[in-house]
Amino acid sequence: MIKIEVDMTKCQHYGQCVFEAPNIFRLNSDDKLEYTAEADDSERANVEAAVDVCPMQAIRIVE
Amino acid sequence: MGGLRCAEALRRFGYSGPITVIGDEPWAPYNRPPLSKEVLAAEVSHSAVAFEKRSSVADVNWVLGTKATSLDTEQNTITDSDGQVHQYSALVIATGLRPKRLAVHNYDLANRFALRTLDDAIALREQLQPGKNVVIVGGGFIGCEVAATATKLGCNVTVIHNASAPMLKPLGTELANQMQLRHEAMGVRFLLKRSVEDLVGTSHVTAVKIDDGSTIECDVLVEAIGSHPNVEWLSNNKIDRNDGVLVDSAMRVTRKDDSRITNVFAIGDVARFVNPIFDFEPRRVEHWNMPTETAKRAASVIAAMLNHGDNYPGILDEDFRPVPSFWSDQYDNHLLAFGLLGLADRVSMVAGEISGECVFEYHRGNQLVGVCGIGMRSVVQGYRSKFI
Repeated sequence: MIKIEVDMTKCQHYGQCVFEAPNIFRLNSDDKLEYTAEADDSERANVEAAVDVCPMQAIRIVE
Repeated sequence: MGGLRCAEALRRFGYSGPITVIGDEPWAPYNRPPLSKEVLAAEVSHSAVAFEKRSSVADVNWVLGTKATSLDTEQNTITDSDGQVHQYSALVIATGLRPKRLAVHNYDLANRFALRTLDDAIALREQLQPGKNVVIVGGGFIGCEVAATATKLGCNVTVIHNASAPMLKPLGTELANQMQLRHEAMGVRFLLKRSVEDLVGTSHVTAVKIDDGSTIECDVLVEAIGSHPNVEWLSNNKIDRNDGVLVDSAMRVTRKDDSRITNVFAIGDVARFVNPIFDFEPRRVEHWNMPTETAKRAASVIAAMLNHGDNYPGILDEDFRPVPSFWSDQYDNHLLAFGLLGLADRVSMVAGEISGECVFEYHRGNQLVGVCGIGMRSVVQGYRSKFI
């Protein structure tokens, strides 16, 4: 399992992460980011890609 | 950023040999977009903007505060500003851009700033005090973001811009005019279709002479007039470096005779490449997601080459068509865009209201080349798949 943390004080809801890891991140009907805080190891590569593309660098994988 | 992302991707693609990253700034790689916003507005340190250090790249050799000064593609060596010679099996050029500066006769006056590095932002931050007259030359994204931040800090801000509206080239007339109105409502003054003739002052800038003959008071001058690719150090290698470094779809550097240097790559702002999403014209794209996209592409090729993988040279033929994306925060206006807006000959609003949140489509002939919105992110995001 991997744990995912998004610093919501940094997040500006650009949703770039949604394209990289659609099973983890989504924008709700108010255009705000929602995410699943725990995921299977098979999602690691996608979540790392989401970390890379976050303009605010708000996403972390907690090791 | 490109260097870091490339090192990470090399490890991910299974290359386990030595990696050296040479960088002219003293800082470990950090995220630049906050420089025109958060870093200007508050005491934000390097650690707040630094990229996280992943364990996969813990053994990378970082040579910081040192510039690459020359390249020899026959000997496979580069020389740095300390005189050190580095031998390479594969080289990645990620030297990026530096700001253009005003060509004025009294260029050594104090209180002139540009914004590219963390040190630039820290130096400018100290000057953005309430009541100061801040003159920004250049009404592109950087100039407008600095205008918004400085206004919020209580400065009197004037933007001098050579076109008829700020951010006109990328945004198109209607959206650019709207952004101008929103800046003006916050107190920013625009001098449009104007340029700087000269600076006034003895030790530091006190005023700016405009090409219409007028003079405006100035305590802090910010030059945001675009950038130059850092390619001078590549001379004597027959590399095509007319506006950045020309690369093929595998990010391999191209010589002037159109041959490839098969173990030299260029990525990020400095790389000029064809993106078949749009056409077959090589371009540099100064959008934030390009260093990451081009780094991953280069790393996949380098890892296959150095590991003598079965997928090399087949990987060279893989398509490379990254979707350019950018965003900009100015006051409460959050712009988000996909594509290359500047290619458009026709711009039309397709959702929302011009005075509030809205979305514009950008077409070249019948081809959709971009989308940009103020707010309405789900709508803008829905367009991304149209470019893939």
